[in-house]
Amino acid sequence: MSNKYIITLYTLPALLLLLVLIYVPIALSGYYGLMDWTGIGQMQFIGLENYANLMKDEKFWASAGHSFLLGIFSVLSLLLYLAVSLVLVSKIKGSDFFRKIYLIPMLLSSVAIAQLWLKIFDPSNGMLNKLLEMFGVENTPVWLADPNTALYAIFVPIVWQYAGFYILIYYAALKNVPEEIIEAARIDGATPLQIALKIKLPMISAVFKVTIMLSLVGSLKYFDLIYVMTGGGPNGASEVMASYMYKEAFELNNFGYASAVGFGLLVICLGMTWLTSRLTKSNDDVQY
Amino acid sequence: MSELATDRRTTPNLSAGEGSKKSYWSKLGYGFLYLILSAFAVIQIYPLIWLVFFSLKSNQEVFGMSPFSLPQDPQWGNYVKVWTQGNIGVYFFNSVWMTVLSVFLTVILASFVTFAITRMHWKLSGLVLGLFMVGYMIPLHSTLIPLFNFYNTIGLIDNPLSIILSQTTFNLPLTIMILLGFYKAFPREIEEAAVMDGCSVHRIFFQITLPMTIPVLSTTAIINMIYNWNEFVFVNTFISSDQWKTLTIGINNFVGQYLTDWGAIGATLVISIVPILLTFLFLSNKIVEGMAAGSVKG
Repeated sequence: MSNKYIITLYTLPALLLLLVLIYVPIALSGYYGLMDWTGIGQMQFIGLENYANLMKDEKFWASAGHSFLLGIFSVLSLLLYLAVSLVLVSKIKGSDFFRKIYLIPMLLSSVAIAQLWLKIFDPSNGMLNKLLEMFGVENTPVWLADPNTALYAIFVPIVWQYAGFYILIYYAALKNVPEEIIEAARIDGATPLQIALKIKLPMISAVFKVTIMLSLVGSLKYFDLIYVMTGGGPNGASEVMASYMYKEAFELNNFGYASAVGFGLLVICLGMTWLTSRLTKSNDDVQY
Repeated sequence: MSELATDRRTTPNLSAGEGSKKSYWSKLGYGFLYLILSAFAVIQIYPLIWLVFFSLKSNQEVFGMSPFSLPQDPQWGNYVKVWTQGNIGVYFFNSVWMTVLSVFLTVILASFVTFAITRMHWKLSGLVLGLFMVGYMIPLHSTLIPLFNFYNTIGLIDNPLSIILSQTTFNLPLTIMILLGFYKAFPREIEEAAVMDGCSVHRIFFQITLPMTIPVLSTTAIINMIYNWNEFVFVNTFISSDQWKTLTIGINNFVGQYLTDWGAIGATLVISIVPILLTFLFLSNKIVEGMAAGSVKG
């Protein structure tokens, strides 16, 4: 048995799956985008028509705008998670317990989270509006049913879901800042706030940059939660790229056009990955 | 000196006061921090407690009473109703076996690849690794239509195999990333000694490498388990008959059918999240470790 044989034997199964179920499909998605196709029956080649339509499709760009807005919110909420992590790491008793409590929503399925928050946001009997009524608020908002609030309302369970995950990452990174450096700063008279902002934060900047990329690119792909909670509504107010694609394909049977949308999603995601990794590239070594 | 400075801060990171006695202000500062952390904990956990509450309430109670009230007369019947009326048992069973099979396939296939990449020298290893890494960046929604068409053509639509293959494949990149870190940090001496003794590569892999990587294998298995258990898009797209639906999809349809029966909806949701919560209760350290490992590698 030669080494070549063994290497092939060990890598081929996984590699085949990767190629057949990920790489070939993304190429095909670009190709189907050139077709007029209802999903069943013959495809008809129509050149770049779908892509041209995509470029001037206001609904698509509105949903892309929503995706980016969610991405910006997500990146901003990282600051909140970072602040909590800084508190957690400062010799707090029970920090382990807190971290685990925070992580629980991350373990639930998007469907369970979506269904639960549908109930929380329920205009007449949900927890949120009942709470507001207890404080004497009249005319409580209808949240998901109002085009002006739907997207913001959806962002709340997203923050809720991912908080524990990012806190976990930051906490682990902050824990790895060498104690000697902090000790040295303290001896030199640095205040705890200075230590946090001028020593701990710069030391985990590499990790912070990774999380910016994770949350930004992750946001561009949001689907499950939104699909279950609002289906992109009301009137497209919470439509995102993935839900728009899904609707065009599996509800309206515009498989050709939806493939073009899917390919657009791919290009935007990879482009953003590349862009954020360029913008956040740094020379400092990651310290773990 | 540093204590004094700390005391005036209100939004701060306190680590002062170790060693000698803490001042009144320092204690107050800590109290404030605990208040923030606890408030955050309540936000994270109360929605779930509220869910359990309303799963045990009747509609009158949900509509009429405060959301913070305990169930007056726990309606256990809600649970009996959803478990016996629908297909929850079937969905539950499907989730279990599909998850187990996908996790097993992902972990073993990823181990093969990682072993070949880290323990053998070959020209294309960098390329293969790169393909897996880039695979991690690709949004699965962009593959959905071609995958649907592909499974349709080969007759795997509405077949659990389509779910297992998809879940296995899409979890490979992350799993390989986590394994890679472990394999690289791992001493090769034992494996090299085995080569000297004339062990075949297969024996080395199965009898030495795999057993030695059990700690990281269990971490990746747990992470994969959570992802697969919660998976939504593949099952929603490729599976149409009740017989093959998983719990995630099953409850979504099921909940829709109850419309305004809050108790039944609550009970269904609780049933779907209890397995994950139990796993977390017993394996929280492993889960924390896996979540952290899966992310920072970016």
